[in-house]
Order: sequence, then structure tokens, then C-alpha cells
Amino acid sequence: MSTTTPFKSPEIDSSRSSATIGKAVKIIGQIFSKEDLYVDGDVEGTIECQDNKLTIGPNGKLQAGVRAREVVVLGQIKGNVEANDRIDIRKDARLVGDIKTARIVIEDGAYFKGSIDIVKPDAAKAAAASQPGQSSVNMPKPAGAPLTASVGAVTADIKR
Amino acid sequence: MLPERFKSMFRGSGTAVAPGPFSSGKGIRASDKETQVVRQSRGLEQFFSYIDDQVGLSILDLAGLTQDNIDFVTDLGHKLYTQDFLRSLDDTFGREDINGQAAQNRIESFLEQNLDFKENTFDGVLVWDVMQYLSPALLNATVERLHQITRPRSYLLAFFNADEKSLISPHTTFRIQSRSTLMLSQHGQRQQAQVFNNRSLEKLFSQFESVKFFLTREHLREVIIKR
Repeated sequence: MSTTTPFKSPEIDSSRSSATIGKAVKIIGQIFSKEDLYVDGDVEGTIECQDNKLTIGPNGKLQAGVRAREVVVLGQIKGNVEANDRIDIRKDARLVGDIKTARIVIEDGAYFKGSIDIVKPDAAKAAAASQPGQSSVNMPKPAGAPLTASVGAVTADIKR
Repeated sequence: MLPERFKSMFRGSGTAVAPGPFSSGKGIRASDKETQVVRQSRGLEQFFSYIDDQVGLSILDLAGLTQDNIDFVTDLGHKLYTQDFLRSLDDTFGREDINGQAAQNRIESFLEQNLDFKENTFDGVLVWDVMQYLSPALLNATVERLHQITRPRSYLLAFFNADEKSLISPHTTFRIQSRSTLMLSQHGQRQQAQVFNNRSLEKLFSQFESVKFFLTREHLREVIIKR
């Protein structure tokens, strides 16, 4: 008997537009996305997909604060994660950081070190209304003047 | 409504399980590698009775991430911190190297990595059976660190194999099903670092205010420790 949910690959929903950062790509800086984002490469900095889904692929390595509507983790994250709707941590994922979300789903075998704070949707909305533009996730600003690049709806501030 | 597998378990019609040290024999065999047993836990019941009617507490789970435990603790309105102590132990010292756990510098480094919390952070700690796999030196240092990071009048729940003739216990994942019920998922066996009895446990937790034992029929000693 298993209490886990079988993983279906690929994670990208073809009915929605999404951007991809491939496994041979490394980005240092800030990423803002207005569509679903699939990260299978390395990112250092921050990722924000406020109203969209962020998927960290099996080769993905993030040293970043993350904020998204929904987060699916198959790779590695070192940093705090805020998912307004839910976070899904798969079997071989590795996450070190604090999580703030409404719902969490984890598979046996995932490694997690940190705290889990379940925020009811009503409480989250109230907090967001009282502090517009603010987030409790610590989103570190990368040092140095950023170079801004954009691909589709994804905007990346890339450090020189 | 209970899933069919649980119904058959409670009717006693499930496939028999070879009773191990922690098993009550009331369970099903999930596969050749994993056995699951559902049992009552007085220790768990006591642990949650102490934190009744409170919300927003900080609870530390030393057995890593399990969906059941996250759901149960966070549904009560508490914040859960998880730390996979045994996986870190294996990564740091190797699974079989109990003697390697005695080096003072490695102990300090291990605790820095795994119990690096401020003083008086936690209102409760779910230790499960982790402590029985620690060498005496590492165990004493871990207990001292737990004393520092827990608040006064907080509680720890720890399990120990009560069979003093055996240094082998099933490798178990503890999944909270209700306030007083646990599912034990057992997969393989693991070598304990030492055996424990009531006296040795009282000595181990001597700096805490009180230690309370529940000895089960399945050679499992459940211990509630009050800070």
C-alpha cells in the first residue's frame, strides 16, 4: 500500500502557456513571470510567479526565495517558499527552507528541512490586503546592478 | 469513512503480520518490504492532551516529512518544523558507524547542522524512536540541545525499544492517524546504539522536570518528557 501520489511526467500543462528554463541554463538575479514557469536549470536570486504555477524540474537547482500561486518541486530548493495555493514536494525533491502555503502535498522520500506554516486562504487575503506589495517570504536582492532580460512573459534581472 | 484496507484491519481479517518488537500483529503486509500497523498510543494521546486548546505553537518533528503528521499538526493550528534526523545521521556518520558518533568535534558539527535553533523555540518535540540510534555521547549532547531549544513546560514524545535483549529494531516511520492512533510503517531493521530501561531513561532526561513511561505489549516504551 502506498500513501503517495504517483508522479506523472511531464509537469507542463500543454493547455496553458508556460516558459521554460532549460537544464543547461544558469540565472543569477530576479525572475518575474506572468505565465507558468518550468525551471530545470540553476537559479540564484528570487523567482516570482505570483498568479501562476512554478515547477522545479528534476535537474532544477534553486538557491532562491520563491513566491508563486502553486509550486511543484522535483529538484532542489534552498530558500524560503511561499505558495498562495499549494506546494507539491515530490519523492526525490530536496527542500531546505521555510514554507508558507495554504496546502502542502508531499511524497514519501522527499527531503525537507525547515518549517511549515499553513496559512488559510482567508487569512492570506486579509494579510495581503493590509500590506499590498509585501510578502512574508524573505526575497533577497542580488548584489550588483542587474541587467534585465525578458523572454516571452518572463522577465529576468540578470546580474553581470 | 475508512478506506477498505483499514476496515479489514480493524475486523482482524487482514493478512497476518509477523509481530516484530513494535507490532501488535493487528495490521496488513503492504509489500515484502514494508509492513503497516495501526495501534493506539497513550504517549501520543498524552502529548496532544497537554497542548489542547492552544493554537500557534511550534512543534518540531525529528522524523522528517510525512503527509499525515503535517496534516494533523497544522490542522490543529500549529507551526511544524521538520528535521530528518536519521537521514542526516546516516549522511554524516554512515549508517553502521556508531563509534564514529563519539568524536566531539563531529558531534558539535552535526548538532549545528541539525538542531540549530534559538533557545526556547519549541512547545513540543516529536522525537519518535530517533534517540535509540544515537551513540551515548551524541545522545547526551542531543538531549542537552533539546533542553535548550524547548520552552519550559513543553513536552517531548520519544519511543524506545523495550526489549532489553535485542539491539535490533524495525526501521519505522510514525504516521499520526488521530490524537491517539498511530500508523507504524516498518521497512527493514536498524541497529540500535544501546538498550534502555526506565532507570537509564530517567538518568538521560534528569535535567528535565519529569519523565513518564507507557510500556506497551509490543515491547515499545513510550516516554513523555516534560521540560
